Amino acid sequence: MSTPLEELLVQARKQVAEADTLGKLDQVRVHYLGKKGVFTERMKELGTLPAEQRREAGGRVNRAKDRFIADLEARKSVLEASELEERLKRETIDVTLPGRGQRTGGLHPVTLTLRRISQLFKNIGFDIVEGPEVEDDYHNFEALNIPAHHPARAMHDTFYFDEHTLLRTHTSPVQVRIMETQSPPLRVIAPGRVYRCDSDLTHTPMFHQVEGFVVDRDVSFADLKGILYEFLTLFFEKDMQVRFRPSYFPFTEPSAEVDIECVMCGGEGCRVCKQTGWLEVMGCGMIHPRVFEFVKIDPERYTGFAFGLGVERLALLRYGINDLRLFFENDLRFLSQFAAF
Amino acid sequence: MRFSEAWLREYVNPSIDTQRLVHQLTMAGLEVDSAEPAAASFSGVIVAEVLEVSPHPQADRLRVCLVSGGSGEPLQIVCGAPNVRAGMRVPLAIEGARLPGDVSIRKSELRGIASFGMLCSAKELGIDDPQTGLMELPSDAPVGADVRDYLKLDDCIIEVDLTPNRADCLSVEGIAREVASLNALDWAVPDVPAAPTTIREEHPVSVSAPEACPRYLGRLIKGVSRTVQTPLWMRERLRRAGIRSLDAVVDVTNYVLLEMGQPLHAFDAAKLEGGIHVRYAAPGEKLRLLNGEEVALDPDVLVIADQRKALALAGIMGGSDSAVGDGTADIFVECAFFTPSVIMGKARRYGLNTESSHRFERGVDPELQTRAIERASELILSIAGGEAGPIVEAASPPHLPRRAPIPLRYERITRLLGMSIERPKVAEILKRLGMTLADHPEGWTVTPPGFRFDIAIEADLIEELGRVYGYESLPRRHPVMATAMRPVSERILDLDRVKNLLVDRGYQEAITYSFVDEARQALIEPEIPYLALKNPISSDLAVMRTGLWCGLLDAALKNTFRQQNRVRLFEAGLRFARRDDGIEQRKSIAGLAIGAVHEEQWGEAARSVDFYDVKADVEGIVKLTGREAGLEFVAAAHPALHPGQSAEIRLDGERLGWIGMLHPRLEKQLSFEQSVFLFELDQDVLLGRQIPVFHGISKFPQVRRDIAVIVDESVTIDRLIECVKEVGSSILRQVVVFDVYRGQGVETGRKSVALGLVLQDEAETLTDARIDETVGRVLERLSREFNARLRD
Repeated sequence: MSTPLEELLVQARKQVAEADTLGKLDQVRVHYLGKKGVFTERMKELGTLPAEQRREAGGRVNRAKDRFIADLEARKSVLEASELEERLKRETIDVTLPGRGQRTGGLHPVTLTLRRISQLFKNIGFDIVEGPEVEDDYHNFEALNIPAHHPARAMHDTFYFDEHTLLRTHTSPVQVRIMETQSPPLRVIAPGRVYRCDSDLTHTPMFHQVEGFVVDRDVSFADLKGILYEFLTLFFEKDMQVRFRPSYFPFTEPSAEVDIECVMCGGEGCRVCKQTGWLEVMGCGMIHPRVFEFVKIDPERYTGFAFGLGVERLALLRYGINDLRLFFENDLRFLSQFAAF
Repeated sequence: MRFSEAWLREYVNPSIDTQRLVHQLTMAGLEVDSAEPAAASFSGVIVAEVLEVSPHPQADRLRVCLVSGGSGEPLQIVCGAPNVRAGMRVPLAIEGARLPGDVSIRKSELRGIASFGMLCSAKELGIDDPQTGLMELPSDAPVGADVRDYLKLDDCIIEVDLTPNRADCLSVEGIAREVASLNALDWAVPDVPAAPTTIREEHPVSVSAPEACPRYLGRLIKGVSRTVQTPLWMRERLRRAGIRSLDAVVDVTNYVLLEMGQPLHAFDAAKLEGGIHVRYAAPGEKLRLLNGEEVALDPDVLVIADQRKALALAGIMGGSDSAVGDGTADIFVECAFFTPSVIMGKARRYGLNTESSHRFERGVDPELQTRAIERASELILSIAGGEAGPIVEAASPPHLPRRAPIPLRYERITRLLGMSIERPKVAEILKRLGMTLADHPEGWTVTPPGFRFDIAIEADLIEELGRVYGYESLPRRHPVMATAMRPVSERILDLDRVKNLLVDRGYQEAITYSFVDEARQALIEPEIPYLALKNPISSDLAVMRTGLWCGLLDAALKNTFRQQNRVRLFEAGLRFARRDDGIEQRKSIAGLAIGAVHEEQWGEAARSVDFYDVKADVEGIVKLTGREAGLEFVAAAHPALHPGQSAEIRLDGERLGWIGMLHPRLEKQLSFEQSVFLFELDQDVLLGRQIPVFHGISKFPQVRRDIAVIVDESVTIDRLIECVKEVGSSILRQVVVFDVYRGQGVETGRKSVALGLVLQDEAETLTDARIDETVGRVLERLSREFNARLRD
């Protein structure tokens, strides 16, 4: 005679309660519910009972089985929860250990500054154009109204290859090259390297400039003032004093230097601004009619303005760098300070 | 241009203080570089007369002086200056005086003798004067007067950084004219009386190059005293202008130069042989200059000569042979106008920059010479005595610069400045600047004065208006511009994107000089014809780079010297080469890698960077162009690279650049201590972008079959892969190289390559039979072409 169903159930429930891992619990499940499991067998045995008892006996087996399954599920949840708990404990790490893998590098501060300048001018529809660095005398001087022996040439310590070939001393020749080949309206900035035969604390033989110019009907000095004021305040993200001071460039007339309120001392006077409260940051002016004549643009029909700025100078002021020469020493301890961009 | 503010104010004295004056000059385009006190601050110093000098009983180098300070009893002062003598007038710091450097004067005892003050040198008063010893004051200096007042030391030295166009302001009179017009004051240059001519003697003058020297004035002054000292007031003005006092005659010429802007020169008349001749230099002619240098004269150089030889570089510098010296009694004073274009560039050619050449090449007022020579004569006669002869003038009026009238259209002023200035205001500003105006239907015709060499066209006049009206008073406008949308090409890869990728892959951007060391470059790229600078700043920056590696290697090396063992650098810029048809300037981008793959970190074994790491960086860059299918690395030799680890990089059949390990020989020569990996790519070849074209995505599962084949070392992976792809073309999606093995089980000279074949069909699920058949064909083909054997 087989074990009574009640006893069987008690035994089964005991085994469920005693299973302390999901594996053991599953063994218990298979033992009772598998193809050849205890409850399965009991169900099969029902077939041997007379038909009138079958229904009632089946009901009892099923109830016992349901009871067992309920126990099983409950136990499973408990075990799963504790197993998860354990895994979580096991997998706990020190989140303060540093991350692994490739670290990123950074852009040169001159590039950051150039991008910033370009972006601001691009916003208002300027094209960005580059020109050759080995230039000819015509584009670097002659067509900019700086004939041979002009005193202004003394301000450009020029590197020469031969009598007519040189390293451009400013980005202004790009202005000539563009005006030679394109017709107004023109709105262009030309960033790039320039070279002067000069090297000391405050000069490097190579540096960067951005030349910008606009040629259109009725462009005036007031427009020039407007654009440069806007550019400088946006570049420094600061509402500051900007002043235009008469100056002289052979390729502009009228010409001006642009000073900003010293960003180091706020105009109070300090070492950087030589106690003047002002910093010279740009040169600009209305394009000289003679330059227009060289490039065959009718100065009666069109007017234009041009400006030029030193990129290192703006970078120095923007990032508070105290030594110009650092820009080209490529010391990683310097360069890596600008990796935040 | 440096000058004393007090001197300026003697000419024109607007009621504004120094600070305001300085601001006004700066904002008018005469940028003030500095404005400093003429003397340091001190007090309690008076003019005193030395009455008696007697030796100090205890000290050989000290003297005991009795000094009168005007009022009260004479004072006893102990003095150590060697030039002290009875009768001289000197500055006396009395008891309670405060001298520069926080020195206070008290009664004291020097080696047992009481001293009731101190006699002062210029230096002790903070006056920058090269004279040593006590500062000797003129014999008519009022005893008892405050020295500060007497010397007008409460003055400011203003230094103006003049732009090359404003030669007219290279004098105190010029600045005065400017200040007067800025302050709307009436002012005219003072008249100079003609000096009395007391001798009849003339020295003849001839000019054979009138276009270069349209006006030449000269005069003899005989019997000048060479011992007389330049008066203190003149010495002080010269000093405040930064000019050293030399002797009375030279001081006067310098003084007139400062006062009027007219350079003058004095020759020793005794040394002239025959008449003055202004001419171009003869071939082979030489001249010893005042600075002691002998120069060979070019035939385009204008000289002042006598009948025998060149005496002076016209408008630049005098010669030493004809210079005034200790024995000079008679002088010949020259005052000329030279055409600027003739002087331009000449001083520079001889490495000179003199006060004279600086003015002549920018333009001296062609109407100034008579006034200037009379002024110089007046001063010489009054200081050094002598007798003046008549002025001899050689002039060629047709060659003098003439200021043509310039039409000025009223409408044009508004158009250029962006605002209108009232007509009467326009006329007033221009008149105050010395211009002559005539009416014209559209505005005016304006004739600028002779001294304004910078005003030739309408725009020049408009600048003057803007300048005097004040740039700050001009409006600021927002320009109205066309709003046509700008094209943005997707077929061009932006260099900034490439830079960003390199940054994200750990590279730091460098910017190195475009000129490099010639020998260094010869090691790296010996075969490329380069450009050499004629005037390099130093030998290590003498030739233009033919590629970017030279600069990057140098930058990397310096970093390794600073204990940076891991370096990743890149640079973008031009490289330069000399070609038969001209100069080539190509845009390039290059990178360098040294040291560990990753920065030191926990939990990962450190590994040094190798060829394939850098190759992955290049592949990453090329992938940005969408043209990676056309990328090839072809083993090839490069002079700078390890012959077994270098490749020419090709993109769509064109040479994109190079990649490889720095040649171990160079590694050692340049003193690197680790392997260096380099790449350089041509931007023009690189930056064309393929716009993506969509392909359908297969709905059917993909399967992978791995095979390992043993082939000869000489069989390159790209050939294997190409072959596999060819065979499996229709259903092969990807081939992955997942292992390359040499060693046990593989014969020497052979390698085992493990490939993963990813297969998928567009139209159906692949059956095992079809997969096996494809893999079988792949193996069969590999075996046939490369003698490949399936590894067990």
